[in-house]
Amino acid sequence: MASEIRSVFHPDVKNYEQVNRDAMRLLTKPGPGYVALFGLALAMVAMAAVAFGYEVVYGLGYAGLTNPVGWGTFITTFVFWVGIGHAGTLISAILFLFRAPWRQSIYRLAEAMTVFAVLTAALFPIIHIGRPWFFYWLLPLPSERAIWPNFRSPLLWDVFAVTTYLTVSSVFFFIGLIPDIAAARDSTTVPWRKKAYTILSLGWRGSDREWKSFTRAYLFLAALATPLVLSVHSVVSWDFAVSVVPGWHTTIFAPYFVAGAILSGIAMVATIAIPVRKIFRLEAYLTDLHFDRMAKMLLLTSLIVGFAYSMEYFMAWYSGELFERDVFWDRVFGQYWWAGWSMISFNALVPQLLWFPKIRKNLRVFFIITIFVNIGMWYERFVIIVPSLAHSYEPWKFLNYHMSYTEAGILLGSFGWFFMWFLLYLRFLPTLSIAEIKEILPPPMRNAHHGDEHGQAVSGGRVAEALPTGYVTE
Amino acid sequence: MSKASTGVLGVFAHLDTATEAITRLRKSGYDSLTVYSPTPRHELEEALEVPESAVRIFTLMGAFTGSAAGASLAIWASLQWPLIVGGKEIIALPAFSVIIFELTILIGALSTVAGLFITSRLPRITRPEALYHPSFSGGNFGVFAHVGRDRFPAVSDIMTASGSEEVLLDQ
Repeated sequence: MASEIRSVFHPDVKNYEQVNRDAMRLLTKPGPGYVALFGLALAMVAMAAVAFGYEVVYGLGYAGLTNPVGWGTFITTFVFWVGIGHAGTLISAILFLFRAPWRQSIYRLAEAMTVFAVLTAALFPIIHIGRPWFFYWLLPLPSERAIWPNFRSPLLWDVFAVTTYLTVSSVFFFIGLIPDIAAARDSTTVPWRKKAYTILSLGWRGSDREWKSFTRAYLFLAALATPLVLSVHSVVSWDFAVSVVPGWHTTIFAPYFVAGAILSGIAMVATIAIPVRKIFRLEAYLTDLHFDRMAKMLLLTSLIVGFAYSMEYFMAWYSGELFERDVFWDRVFGQYWWAGWSMISFNALVPQLLWFPKIRKNLRVFFIITIFVNIGMWYERFVIIVPSLAHSYEPWKFLNYHMSYTEAGILLGSFGWFFMWFLLYLRFLPTLSIAEIKEILPPPMRNAHHGDEHGQAVSGGRVAEALPTGYVTE
Repeated sequence: MSKASTGVLGVFAHLDTATEAITRLRKSGYDSLTVYSPTPRHELEEALEVPESAVRIFTLMGAFTGSAAGASLAIWASLQWPLIVGGKEIIALPAFSVIIFELTILIGALSTVAGLFITSRLPRITRPEALYHPSFSGGNFGVFAHVGRDRFPAVSDIMTASGSEEVLLDQ
């Protein structure tokens, strides 16, 4: 019988309707735990708002920035959040182009995380400039004196890269949501939800004309987003690499940053997906196989990052450059030794535990490892930015940087801001990609004679599946 | 192509029966169909033999427009105030390549979305293209034949014979 055929990725999902039911379970009235978490997130945002208000009223002096350390927590946190925002597009676009069927159930979560992470990141340059009301100076707007931004500056490239990334990833996220919002519209019974989903679904009905254009548009968006995601963190890395500061001025920065971004992004996806799976009982969708694949990706990127760390040291030593050698020595034995060692051990050493299948399967341990990576990746950016500035060239201008309370408040508040959006999304938009999960489920068939276990011959053996969809007979 | 506003909707619980209905209807000369499915299936596309979507033209044109816009913005703005910065040339193409690339992606992506909206006629604020049933976003497939009232019995017969669970009429 047709109903006995299951997807190898989701053996516990019986049919199409079950996907709708399970996805709609999340779109219900939130419980007290949710309200408490949301309140906490709002309180953190309020704290950051107060800290930012102080900074605006009394000046940037409230941040711990001095000469020579002009870039501190704000820029560190900016790079951190942009990095977090890389996993979503990696999973949704790159794995889509590679036809990896395990992306289907996890990509929406990752993509939402991307949008909110970039939304968080985009605040930091504006906070950092100190006079946020002049942020439009960053944009190429005509002025009466015909003064344009400097297109030769990496900082302006970054403005273009980050705004493009925010726009394209939001668009990609919303386009993917349309069919699922339509599914939510069709099954919800709450009147205000019905109204909201009706508007947001743009009148989507799932007709052949709509699907035809949708699948092609999605493919092209993925094809455009793939080079974009690789470019964004490369451009962020050039903010540093193009300047002549020891510790920054290296050619490996672009791939090194991209690998780090994917490492931190995957870690954050897992950090979020593990509790979400447990709380909302999504074990049929986020299976052990999904976490195993994510753990392997984490391990791979951790190895790349570890390689980049050692190459940095090798190049500093091999160059024979006094200043370069000094900065790298200072990173692990100087004032900031604790940050340097945290970065190396959390990002390059701790994830090595994932070589063991037992640890990959143990989600508690995996969760703890992802927390280590999240912290380690913040330290990585801190170690790259602050010690290089605090310890460059002339000893008379060596000066240490200390994070101020204002900066700490804004840093913590950024997590509140991120989780505020994420919690709203969990309860109001479909977290499971209803239509895309159905793509890898065996379609309902009346005649069992298709009986092919791999779904290749479903329509008389004429065409192969678009996805390498594995089906098993239960 | 103007489609008849009346027609017959067959609700199918299975993909193969829906595909069969499409094939049979098209063999009998009913080519004006709207097919609903909860997820894109190549079987339906092949049975319908729909031509390639025009979205790709939008993507291509958008991407080219973006490249041109990025190049002209950076070059023109630099020539407005030709000040040498950091020893770079006034028109520093290696530096501008980043701007050109980002705008290629940005405008390419936005025009892809515009193409999607135009070719699939979204957002559809007015009446849907054809009779719809909420189960089409769940697990059911739907085949709607745009035909006049005189054809209702004949088309309904084809739907039932192919295995339709329920046949609805749009008068």
